[in-house]
Amino acid sequence: MTAIVEARALHKRYGRRPALTDCTLSVPAGSVVGLVGPNGAGKSTLLQLACGLLTPTSGTIEVFGAPPGQLARVGFVAQDTPLYPALTVADHLRLGARLNPRWDAALAERRVRQAGLDPAQKTGRLSGGQRAQLALALAVAKRPELLLLDEPVAALDPLARRAFLQGLMEFVAEAEPQATVLLSSHLLSDLERVCDHLVVLADSRVRAQGGIDDLLATHFRLTTARRDADTLPAALHVLRAEHTERQSTFTVRAEAHLDDPSWVMEPLGLEDLVLHHMSAPSAPSAPADPRPVPEPQR
Amino acid sequence: MIEFRIEPRSGVAPYLQLVHQVRQALRLGLLSEGDRLPKVKDVAAKVAINPNTVLKAYRQLENEGLVSPKPGVGTFVSGTLGAPAVSEHEPLRRELIRWLAAARAAGLDEESIEALFRQTVRSPTEEER
Repeated sequence: MTAIVEARALHKRYGRRPALTDCTLSVPAGSVVGLVGPNGAGKSTLLQLACGLLTPTSGTIEVFGAPPGQLARVGFVAQDTPLYPALTVADHLRLGARLNPRWDAALAERRVRQAGLDPAQKTGRLSGGQRAQLALALAVAKRPELLLLDEPVAALDPLARRAFLQGLMEFVAEAEPQATVLLSSHLLSDLERVCDHLVVLADSRVRAQGGIDDLLATHFRLTTARRDADTLPAALHVLRAEHTERQSTFTVRAEAHLDDPSWVMEPLGLEDLVLHHMSAPSAPSAPADPRPVPEPQR
Repeated sequence: MIEFRIEPRSGVAPYLQLVHQVRQALRLGLLSEGDRLPKVKDVAAKVAINPNTVLKAYRQLENEGLVSPKPGVGTFVSGTLGAPAVSEHEPLRRELIRWLAAARAAGLDEESIEALFRQTVRSPTEEER
């Protein structure tokens, strides 16, 4: 498996405040990885370390098997999609063509047209959705092998968000070889659509990582009459137990659905799964699923 | 050509949702042998979904013998679900009605009956073990 981004025991501190603690993760080639976690969990720090805007306090991060910095191969869209407000859409495309050796002008123009942008418009007067579409067009026209996106859809309305994600997935499907994407977002329903892997960060640590299909297929909620967790079959690994006077609710990890007339076992759903890992007591970057992440194929 | 949709929050992996939708389309007769499934790239861009997910769904359908890929051309429906003719339904329904009467006589309410039915459908039968 080729890892495009590989972090080992990565630490980053701002003064005395830890922003990222003991982060070890691997982003396989051709995957779309979602970064999720509360504000201040370390998502932006990780993205900025990956594109070389920040340097680690300790530990290593490698991109394409080398220290970050091969900027021609990496596209980065920072939070709030910064553009030059006094320049027009066409100016931005000309700038992109001058600054990037692998610039695909036809692609940039097609994307701008698809998004319905007026080339003569100054970008300071674009809507949030239009700015995001232009930033994406600029990022993909440099034909990056790795695309880093920091909360690209946070400020967008649902329609603009969907349009942005459609454009992003079109890029992933068209790129040869298939591009690798690392994006952060609070919107789990979006991540469930577009990502195949998920990394859950909280309090500067990786709390869980794995393939989304595997995470969904192995996490369940089990509701039963009140009983102790240790009376459940060994095939059910109890992550959390909650009891009322009469009822017990368990969050469990299991290889498969297990039927029993004495309980109801339901899929947990990504949102509850992520909330569980975010709020679980701080364990040193315990992987949610110890099995290796399968490599996407095409 | 069929159109896919994705329901996040359902707890069902997106690739399985696509698999279910193709099976459903076969059952409903929306797809039949020889039809082409939408291109991976088009599904990704239209539904805003990861192309790896679409590929995974198509591979699963291939393993089930329902579709086969023709390299460079696309993925085509190559099998059917072998649904029995509608004439088979009536006798099965009569048996089911008899069974339901027995279940109600045993004191099961609607929800217990549904739970028992679902559980039995899902668990492997003696012959499959």
